[in-house]
Amino acid sequence: MKDILKGQWVKLAATDPEEASKSFVRWQSDSEFKRLLDSGAVGLNSTKAIKEFIEKESDQAGTNLFWFVIRSLEDDRLLGDVLLDVGRWNMREGFVGIGLGDRDFWGKGYGTEAMQLILQFAFTEVNLRRVSLNVFEYNPRAIRSYEKVGFQHEGRLRGALLREGRRWDMLFMGILREEWTARYLTTSI
Amino acid sequence: MLDIQTQLFEAQDIRLGPIDHDTHPEIESKWTHDAEFMRLMELKPVRPLSPAMVKKQYESIEKEMDEQKNLFYFTVRARGDDHLIGKAAIEWIDWTNGNGWLRLGLGAAEDRRKGFGSQVLKLLLRYAFAELNLYRVTAMVPEYNEGAIRLFQKFGFMEEIRRRQALQRDGRTWDLLTFGLLRPEWEEQAKSHE
Amino acid sequence: MKDIYRGKLVRLAVEAPEVMTKAHARWERDTEFHRLADGDPAQLWSEKKIREWIEKEMEDDPLRALRFSIRTLNDDKLIGFVGLRPDWIHADAWIGIGIGEREYWGKGYGTDAMRLIVQYAFLEANLRRVTLGLHSYNARALKSYEKVGFKLEGVLRSDTLREGRRTDGIYMGLLREEWQALQGVAA
Repeated sequence: MKDILKGQWVKLAATDPEEASKSFVRWQSDSEFKRLLDSGAVGLNSTKAIKEFIEKESDQAGTNLFWFVIRSLEDDRLLGDVLLDVGRWNMREGFVGIGLGDRDFWGKGYGTEAMQLILQFAFTEVNLRRVSLNVFEYNPRAIRSYEKVGFQHEGRLRGALLREGRRWDMLFMGILREEWTARYLTTSI
Repeated sequence: MLDIQTQLFEAQDIRLGPIDHDTHPEIESKWTHDAEFMRLMELKPVRPLSPAMVKKQYESIEKEMDEQKNLFYFTVRARGDDHLIGKAAIEWIDWTNGNGWLRLGLGAAEDRRKGFGSQVLKLLLRYAFAELNLYRVTAMVPEYNEGAIRLFQKFGFMEEIRRRQALQRDGRTWDLLTFGLLRPEWEEQAKSHE
Repeated sequence: MKDIYRGKLVRLAVEAPEVMTKAHARWERDTEFHRLADGDPAQLWSEKKIREWIEKEMEDDPLRALRFSIRTLNDDKLIGFVGLRPDWIHADAWIGIGIGEREYWGKGYGTDAMRLIVQYAFLEANLRRVTLGLHSYNARALKSYEKVGFKLEGVLRSDTLREGRRTDGIYMGLLREEWQALQGVAA
């Protein structure tokens, strides 16, 4: 069997709280990054708090939450993280979220490939029926990337975000197992 | 003029009240034995709950209301004899952006189809927009819950998201719908009803 | 939608911890019931201990284990329990069932409850298969499971030693498609 967690440029790897918390602390000070990631007011947390959070979340790993860091294959650099959250196993639906903290790697296809890998994991290893995500209207780069991966637009919460005095929509996208299979099992990824 | 005379918790046949930890667990436990009702409300696998389990849920609801401040939970009572009809809540409130999620359900079969749902929703909307000052409210409804869909449409909600085949029950798949109503839309409605 | 809790003879219900505790304590005094139910030594526990287990189970996330009590439809008598432990990734689940009240053995009550939990597994939990195990000396159970549609999948030879005799452990399974075909209509 092939290594389903490895692509051409990146691989998904285990989250080490010690290492990840240091990177997360650095990335969180980039408010543009945080505002692309979270809908709420961005804040700053201590390394200790972030490390404890990672440890706590990792505890439920493999039951509801599958959480990886993204590393570049070339130099093993930590680029960001990606997660798959399965809240309702009976419906076999998962939610994905991705964050590329290292700005040097934005807009170059690394995030797109990491998203392809987590989808492959969701459909071939976790055996889900569909995967969903949400993304903010003011993040066209991400929307473009998700479209490229094969996510379909499923709707938008009108004006659900208030940033800098302006209302923006929150977009919802989804991909069904058959859509993924048709797209990726005929080609090789 | 500032209208604080209009009662927020009173409608024609129903009113909103708090949880009663002594008498409600018994009643709500009965509702959970109605699989059809529960499948309209819940997306996780449904199961009957004992009064003791319902009591635990009530405790965690009040704990969340108190500590997180992002949940407003009400019971729905008959104005006549005060019996428990259902529940209503505004949950997952995101204060930064002014969003809240609605949830309502009428537990006893004999209290459904009497227009109580409309009265509850009207109170909830007024509470969300005029008391909590939210900008928008959202409700998630399974495609097969036609009663709820009609109710939200009647109040001017727009279908905003259709998560294709997100639900699977009775051996087939269904879409999961999300309806939304914005404050300006609600205000427009309120004006036209005056 | 279907009333998935109600069968022909029994319904799936839930009990107050004190009611279930009393019932279990009574059933456990029946060593035949014990030895049909599992391979552990028949043992007696205090009501306090039983209640602790039951209350702990009550707190379990329903996605880990789905448990029901079994009540008769005609006189609402509590006669047993049935439950499902899903392996969500592979969409399989282990089913466990016990009819504690002896007067209800061999009369179709257990079979009816098994039909309900299997239906629940396929129509509510959306699983792909269900699995169960039994002792080879439990002929009544074997017949009942076959009636519901379970197929023999394996035998653990001589896995149990009872009263000086070695007996087999039996594994059975039922796939969703097989079950659907048995319903006559595509459910």
